[in-house]
Amino acid sequence: MDRFRMIFQYFQSNSESVMNGICGLLALASVKMYTSFDFNCPCLPKYNMVYGVGIMFLPPMALFLCGLILNRQSLVMLEEWKRPTGGRKKDLAIIRYMCFSIMQRAMIAPVVWIIVTLLDGKCFICAFSSSIDPEKFVGFANITPTQIQLLLSKVPCKDDELMKNHTARKAISRYLRCWSQALGWSILLFLIVVAFLARSLRPCFNQAAFLQTRYWSNYIDIEQKIFEETCCEHARDFAHKCILHFFESMQQEIKLRRFNAPREAEEGEAEEDHLRGITDQEQMNKLLKSWYYSKPPLDVSQFLWWGGGGNSRYKRV
Amino acid sequence: MDKFRMIFQFLQSNQESFMNGICGIMALASAQMYSAFDFNCPCLPSYNLAYGMGILFVPPLVLFLLGFVMNNNVSMLAEEWKRPTGMRQKDPAVLRYMFCSMAQRAMIAPAVWISVTLLDGKCFMCAFSTSVPVEKLGNGSYTGLSEKEMKRILARIPCKEIYSGQELVAREVAVRYLRCISQALGWSFVLLMTMLAFLVRALRPCFTQAAFLKSKYWSHYIDIERKLFDETCTEHAKSFAKVCIQQFFETMNKDMAMGHTHSPEKAPSEVGEEKEKLLGITDQGTMNRILKSWHKCKPPLYLHQEALQNGNGWAGENEHHNDISPPKREMVTYYSKV
Repeated sequence: MDRFRMIFQYFQSNSESVMNGICGLLALASVKMYTSFDFNCPCLPKYNMVYGVGIMFLPPMALFLCGLILNRQSLVMLEEWKRPTGGRKKDLAIIRYMCFSIMQRAMIAPVVWIIVTLLDGKCFICAFSSSIDPEKFVGFANITPTQIQLLLSKVPCKDDELMKNHTARKAISRYLRCWSQALGWSILLFLIVVAFLARSLRPCFNQAAFLQTRYWSNYIDIEQKIFEETCCEHARDFAHKCILHFFESMQQEIKLRRFNAPREAEEGEAEEDHLRGITDQEQMNKLLKSWYYSKPPLDVSQFLWWGGGGNSRYKRV
Repeated sequence: MDKFRMIFQFLQSNQESFMNGICGIMALASAQMYSAFDFNCPCLPSYNLAYGMGILFVPPLVLFLLGFVMNNNVSMLAEEWKRPTGMRQKDPAVLRYMFCSMAQRAMIAPAVWISVTLLDGKCFMCAFSTSVPVEKLGNGSYTGLSEKEMKRILARIPCKEIYSGQELVAREVAVRYLRCISQALGWSFVLLMTMLAFLVRALRPCFTQAAFLKSKYWSHYIDIERKLFDETCTEHAKSFAKVCIQQFFETMNKDMAMGHTHSPEKAPSEVGEEKEKLLGITDQGTMNRILKSWHKCKPPLYLHQEALQNGNGWAGENEHHNDISPPKREMVTYYSKV
């Protein structure tokens, strides 16, 4: 538990670390999803391609959208983009920087899915088994083209009676798998080269402007967080005053109704008195009912100006 | 747990230690990736060599570049290389040191992959099965085949279930032969890498050790300086944001107080603290107006001088109005009581 807490704290230390953590988790989830997904090629002439290509591209789109949704910065960026100019000019460079950084992080999980799919090969074999050239393989002579298409589409299914013992099935599988893995590794190499060039060449272009953009985009993020915290604290104090006021007013009302021996409320006694003068079931019920049917107005200004907390000086609205 | 925390802190202590950790993780990941990867030799004459060599060399290249990408010092190196000289001279020895240290670390995962691949043997077998010396290993008198046909048969050596050339060359013989060469190459590679590493480490102090110590120190310095600068900027952004928001609330409060009949000076002094906590906003309408104004008209990035000098922010004699001062985007220097 301690270990997790430490790792958790490390990732929480700033919002970029949090984003990196989420990004890594999504990538792992993507791999796990692929291994637990039960791939099931239909082995029918027209359906294979649709199924194969669908499995290769639909989950990545969903993962990409997930990556955008889970990233807090997307909301901050949208807000900054759409806000009225007001007293503060908008800087498009900041919005572009934020957009770029969000996209980069959101793209990792889909890319992991596509590469794992290609390296595994099942999807590629399913999608493209009908598109190979039958002349490269033995066992397809003297068969009509429709029959060839049917046979080829059954290649991904090992247990199908038509193709189970066909000489070319394994050869075709191996051939397609080889292409699929080559494609997967090539895409991975390409992406890594692009990432490497982007990282190493970025300081060569306009580094000063980049530092400014990074600072102000970080600032906007922090400002939003601090504003929310300030609002939360304010709401807490506001609620506290409002409720205190409510209890005070109920207490007074009960006292007036009962005509009890006037309890001279000394200054400051109410501060320590958590019972706030409500001492039996009937009073409490009345208070709770009043809280539900007739909540106090959202205005503590008079309470502040006229009462410092003692219940002798108050002004009920 | 304590041990783990100590290790974690040690690795984090500077960029080099952190990179050592990443480097180790990548080496393990490289071995794991190889065992998880489903090697699938095509068993076709022209494809075998391409596939085998591809699997032998493309993943190491990927891992090498990944080692650079994950290293934060890459952009630091480029930055240091490209920066204008200004008031601080540039030292190419420092840049060279940084580059060498990054390249060394990035080379470990690819070396692990190549070693594991060669020691396992599948890849080598797939790539070179068509080059097996038939005269030596098999039935050399089997001359009824054309070159192309023989290559086609030999290409199927890695695929047990379809190998049809048992009379030409026994499959087990060829497999053992190829595997033996592959493992010999693998161990030679490991020995070569270890020897190189040993020589580099052992002989380095013989060459310009003083200059080396200097380069090492200044390279660490640049790394630490950059980190500290980023941290300082973040701290500054936090303080800037706090003061900006406080001033925003104050200004809104003042604007609204001018339209109300309450006069702030009537408030008794003992509620001063509560008033401050509520930032002067005491009803729903005021809060709604503030939230609306926060969205529609954010305050400019300009901190008023009096508020900063008064420290706590409740400056009654604030004469600036936020709609007059021009919004500035650069970092503002301010006087602080700290």
